[in-house]
Amino acid sequence: MTTHNWTPDQPLISIRDVHKSFGDLEVLKGITLDVRQGEVICIIGPSGSGKSTLIRCINALNPINSGSIKVEGQEVNDPKLDKLALRKKVGMVFQQYNLFPHKTALENIMMAPVKVLNEPVDEVEQRARKLMKRVNLIGKEDAYPGELSGGQQQRVAIARSLAMNPDVILFDEVTAALDPETVNEVLLAIKDLAQDGMTCILVTHEMGFAREVADHIYFTDRGVIVEHGPPATFFTEASDPRTQEFLSQIL
Amino acid sequence: MNGFQQYFYDLAQEYPRWNFIFFYDPTQSDRVIQGLWMTLELSVICVILSVVIGILGAWLQGAPSKTVRIIVQGYIQFFRNTPPLVQLLFFYFALGQFTPTYSPDGWLEVPIISNVGWAIISLSFFAGAFNVEIFRAGIESVPESTQEAAEALCMNRAQIFRYVVFPLAFRVSLPALNNNLVNLVKTTTQALAIAVPELLYQMISIYNDYSTAQYACMLVLFVAYIVLVGILVFGMNHWERKIKVPGYGN
Repeated sequence: MTTHNWTPDQPLISIRDVHKSFGDLEVLKGITLDVRQGEVICIIGPSGSGKSTLIRCINALNPINSGSIKVEGQEVNDPKLDKLALRKKVGMVFQQYNLFPHKTALENIMMAPVKVLNEPVDEVEQRARKLMKRVNLIGKEDAYPGELSGGQQQRVAIARSLAMNPDVILFDEVTAALDPETVNEVLLAIKDLAQDGMTCILVTHEMGFAREVADHIYFTDRGVIVEHGPPATFFTEASDPRTQEFLSQIL
Repeated sequence: MNGFQQYFYDLAQEYPRWNFIFFYDPTQSDRVIQGLWMTLELSVICVILSVVIGILGAWLQGAPSKTVRIIVQGYIQFFRNTPPLVQLLFFYFALGQFTPTYSPDGWLEVPIISNVGWAIISLSFFAGAFNVEIFRAGIESVPESTQEAAEALCMNRAQIFRYVVFPLAFRVSLPALNNNLVNLVKTTTQALAIAVPELLYQMISIYNDYSTAQYACMLVLFVAYIVLVGILVFGMNHWERKIKVPGYGN
């Protein structure tokens, strides 16, 4: 696959005027944003504002209607797109963890590298064990998802995504389904990744977390980006009434 | 005559209604053993074929082509909504007429599909129609989101089906499949109608020849099917437990 002359100094992900409709309902009405390598982006906003849809478009789980999404120079909105090559670069973690219930934690992490990338089992297993350690789940290798708490499952899901060595990971409201006491362990795992330089795009309702780890915050409402900025100024200097109203409700 | 045979011979002399003739008359024992083998053969082949038909049909039901889906649906409706006995008779007498024949000695005309062949075909398709529905329900029980996660991990459609959807769907389908296969084994007795020499056929033949053996034949038939179906159920339950994963299914 060609690299389309992409160099690391250009944005890793470049989104230009993206429109997306489900039937008559237009959920994205011209979104434009850039994500640079190593950056952590948080997308916040009320429910139904198109946040999740936007990140699902980045790895082609949802096709877009018009506009352009480029990942390392590769146009996602292209009928000839090699989806598998794209998804190799873009990992994703879901709100409902979506682990494979018939596989143990370790097998969940190993499945795609072994079955899809055809990497040697021993090597993948070593890597998977390291990842289990990294997300602080030593001793849970042989547990099935049904035996793990939500927070533990979500950390396995993060490790599973990391096992593919992606260049960027999309986090789709990954703490929204968790019990309050387990939210923190998942956020710590993500924070650890962010500090290691992993490019992350998070859709989140955790404002404190966004403020702490994000390099840039985007506030979306009804399919458009209303306001954006670095956390230092975003939370204090929000000027748009919609942003102010949202922040006043949530903070 | 050994002790076992002698015992049943004496029993028949003393109580003529309980003539277990196949326990002391070698000719009759052979008929029972042949019948048992034929029942086993029918059961095993039909179970395997019907499961293959079920998986194939369920997979085809998800095909993009509308024609394919309509054909599968038509097949299910035909075989599910007609009695298996009628199917057996239809296959053997109606379709059997049109099967090509061959002549091993230049004199006899032997149809290439025997009555046993027709029984296997019709019973497999009969049970297969139910299996398609069973597997389809299993496949539908796998959440879209789990498949999406597999998709996000670079799996293609075939890999998702093989590594994620099918293993999960199969676990959900097993109890219903279990039921249907039990039914199939019991339905093999209806092959009697097209003179397939399975266990019931042989037993009826025996008590037609020796009317005093009727009670004995009935009793042994019940016991034979209890054991046969029991083995199947035991095996399936064992399998079900073996592949059960914590926190999934019931």
